[in-house]
Amino acid sequence: MFTDLDLALFFAIIIIVLFAGYMAYFWRKPVDMDAKGEWSLGGRRFGTVVMWFLLGGDLYTAYTLIAVPGAAATAGIGGGAFAMFAIAYGVMIYPIVYVTMPKLWNVSKRRGYITAADFVKDRFSSRFLAMLIALTGVLAELPYIALQITGIKYVLAALALPITVSLIIAFLLVAGFTFVSGLRGPALTAIIKDAIIWVAVIVIIIYIPIKLGGFGAIFGKAATISPHLLNISPVIDVGYTTLALGSALALFLYPHAITGTLGAKDSKTIRRNASLLPLYNVLLMFVAIIGIMAVVYFNAYPKVSSEALPLLVLHIFPASFTAFAFAAVVVGSIVPASIMALASANLLTRNVYLEYINPNASDRAQTNLSRVLVIVVIIGALAFSLVPAASGEIVYLQTIGGAFIMQTLPAVYLALFTRKLNKYPVAAGWLVGLTTTIVMLAELDFTSSLYKDFHFVYIGVFALLLNLIVVGIGMAIMKGMNKMKDEGIIDNSEFEDIE
Amino acid sequence: MNPVVKFILLALPYFFMVAGVTIYTRVNPKLGGIPFFYWYQLVWIFIASALTSTVYFIESSEKKRKVTR
Repeated sequence: MFTDLDLALFFAIIIIVLFAGYMAYFWRKPVDMDAKGEWSLGGRRFGTVVMWFLLGGDLYTAYTLIAVPGAAATAGIGGGAFAMFAIAYGVMIYPIVYVTMPKLWNVSKRRGYITAADFVKDRFSSRFLAMLIALTGVLAELPYIALQITGIKYVLAALALPITVSLIIAFLLVAGFTFVSGLRGPALTAIIKDAIIWVAVIVIIIYIPIKLGGFGAIFGKAATISPHLLNISPVIDVGYTTLALGSALALFLYPHAITGTLGAKDSKTIRRNASLLPLYNVLLMFVAIIGIMAVVYFNAYPKVSSEALPLLVLHIFPASFTAFAFAAVVVGSIVPASIMALASANLLTRNVYLEYINPNASDRAQTNLSRVLVIVVIIGALAFSLVPAASGEIVYLQTIGGAFIMQTLPAVYLALFTRKLNKYPVAAGWLVGLTTTIVMLAELDFTSSLYKDFHFVYIGVFALLLNLIVVGIGMAIMKGMNKMKDEGIIDNSEFEDIE
Repeated sequence: MNPVVKFILLALPYFFMVAGVTIYTRVNPKLGGIPFFYWYQLVWIFIASALTSTVYFIESSEKKRKVTR
């Protein structure tokens, strides 16, 4: 059982890590005091190792540690082995990154972009389309931030704190850290956070399987509980593959992922990481299986699936390690949530406020506005932490965000490969894609992102398909009218590597 | 490098994860007690990484050759 001392240890670790990250800013104080540009891309000086941790660390959030094991510990066709879609997703992320992100990095370096919307503005000569892309980015981050807050809530709940109190503490931790550290420390905190998570994860995924008698025993026992723990039902094949593929297409369109990638030292660093990062997924897979192990250990599905990993750790490890592991999960949720909120605030400041409201705002005014917007964004995320998915399979919160952000794929990814795309077909595709996503999600009351009336297809992928069809038809019409031409001010040669 | 070869190398994971779903949605053969469904995807983590690395090494050595020439 957890004593007051363990609880004190738990909070002490969280506070020390966050404070250390904050102090790290002073230790590596930038020469140029334009803190905003400095923070957002760290001066584009991150090499392979730092990038590996930064981008890989994005995979180790409440998503991995709470949501995926939680999905694995859920009964029915959408649980158990279905949670492994996160692995198929991981396998499919990096080839896309390999062909897209170096191009985006090159053009961003040449022209000083820090957001995808900056690129869209020049590629299409349309600040309006850029704003739509920016706002979609913010909308997509909200459920992802909500997932982090919800993850923290469940860890605190496993410590037997009341659920409302847990939610409030979770919110205060995220908002407080982001506000205090402002636009400064999270990149370095991310490295400290990763070190702690690595230790906790490795201990957990080695010790628990040994304790339960090895994988043979675990899956043998699982087979007696439900066949869904071993394999997915053919009914949900389409849901499984579209969810994995869609999540992979979406990940590097998120504002925080683009910000992180643009911080690389050169495009070679990105290519090298795209080759090495998949190896992170090996650990991810074993973390996912922890959900199966929880069902086996308790010989029943946990009442609250998202508590699968926290409860199992609580029952198997001594209280002091549990305090450490829980603190790791909490820090591992606060830091990404903070980075996501900051990326969103940056978009609002840069691509909406500066563009439309006050083009002459001083750096100081921009920073102050971002500070306020960060809190607004986190409060907006709270709204998503109240949707039904947040009390069921919280993994769907991330996939809701993915469905939103995926609709920016034509404007960002396709535009890297052709200069012919015109803003009107792309905007029309975006409108159709996003509307479809929202209507279908509403039909499911935001409980899931798989459309059960049509083979459980992932709503994001379905909407993206409509989106692409509209873009295709629009372009065909333009071609028929002989209106197709090179758009925007970016020459294709600007995507070439910088030597 | 030949763009078709590059495309095939990078597209293989998608083919085997998405179109190949009926290949791997099975429990047997198990590996060390782990169902096929699980270890097939685990193996693909390594294959996908190897494929992307191959493209990276070929492309970067080509670039080096161009520079020295």
